[in-house]
Amino acid sequence: MTTTSITLSETPRVQTYLALADDALVLGHRTSEWTGHAPLLEEELALANIALDLIGQARMLYQAAGDLTGHSEDELAYLRDPPAFRNALIMELPNGDFAFTIARLFLVSVASDQKWRRGFDDPALTAVAEKAMKETAYHVRHAAEWLIRLGDATEESHRRAQDAIDALWPFTGEMTEIREPWLHAVAPILHRATLRQPNDGWMQSGGRAGRHSEHLGHLLAEMQVLPRTYPGATW
Amino acid sequence: MADPATRLWEVFIRARNGLAHRHAGSVHAADPEMALQAARDVYTRRGEGLSIWVVPSDAIVASDPRDKESLFEPAGSKIYRHPTFYEVPDEVGNM
Repeated sequence: MTTTSITLSETPRVQTYLALADDALVLGHRTSEWTGHAPLLEEELALANIALDLIGQARMLYQAAGDLTGHSEDELAYLRDPPAFRNALIMELPNGDFAFTIARLFLVSVASDQKWRRGFDDPALTAVAEKAMKETAYHVRHAAEWLIRLGDATEESHRRAQDAIDALWPFTGEMTEIREPWLHAVAPILHRATLRQPNDGWMQSGGRAGRHSEHLGHLLAEMQVLPRTYPGATW
Repeated sequence: MADPATRLWEVFIRARNGLAHRHAGSVHAADPEMALQAARDVYTRRGEGLSIWVVPSDAIVASDPRDKESLFEPAGSKIYRHPTFYEVPDEVGNM
């Protein structure tokens, strides 16, 4: 076992797998950070379940990438530096408050749901999508119901939810391959939540090309420290 | 650390077709949809469920423990109510 970073020769197919896998892993890790901090025991388990779904999706995708690159799923997750990660920037943003966490989960999950349902002409991705679409449908439901309640409850919860949507909106361009259906699915939930839908303007991007915010470095440092310090460590 | 506005709900899970819903426990949630989701997230993580009911805990009408003697002890002396006085023909096998 080694602790030095791996370098990959990324064919377009490998890049596709890694973009999907890194999206799931990074958001899964962020979501797992709520463990021990959620506002209710029930929500603690809900967020932990969602984090585990996402990390499970990442594992299947890393295994598929591993078949093409010869690297194990652990090597792909733990032995790449930030510029080698292909996740969209929205996944790596810090959790912020509960409204920000829920708003991001909603915006991302709607895009993921549509992506899994559109299908792939690739057997490995088709297998992942078949499992992931059921999980993601629940993530959409859970996040949407929370967002409606946060937006349409107290003045403070509405303000926090609106701030979250406004802050996240410029990060949504990078993760939606096809914009119209996503807008079409997001709009009615925002309306029910009495939240104002921001206009599409300038969009942040760069994550797919490995140009990340400083937040990813901190996230990976925490996630990778154990396998890089104790190579081959097992339970 | 539930908010006082967060109600308590009793959760009933049906594990398989043909079985009755069984009481699994309780959850805190603000309304029916969130109670259903909380029940799913807390009580069906290991494949326990095919169907979930949630009921507001304050909708449950419970017997008073002080009524135990008058409600339940009279049944204790009526062993003829148990179906143990029948000869089961061998052909029936296990019941």
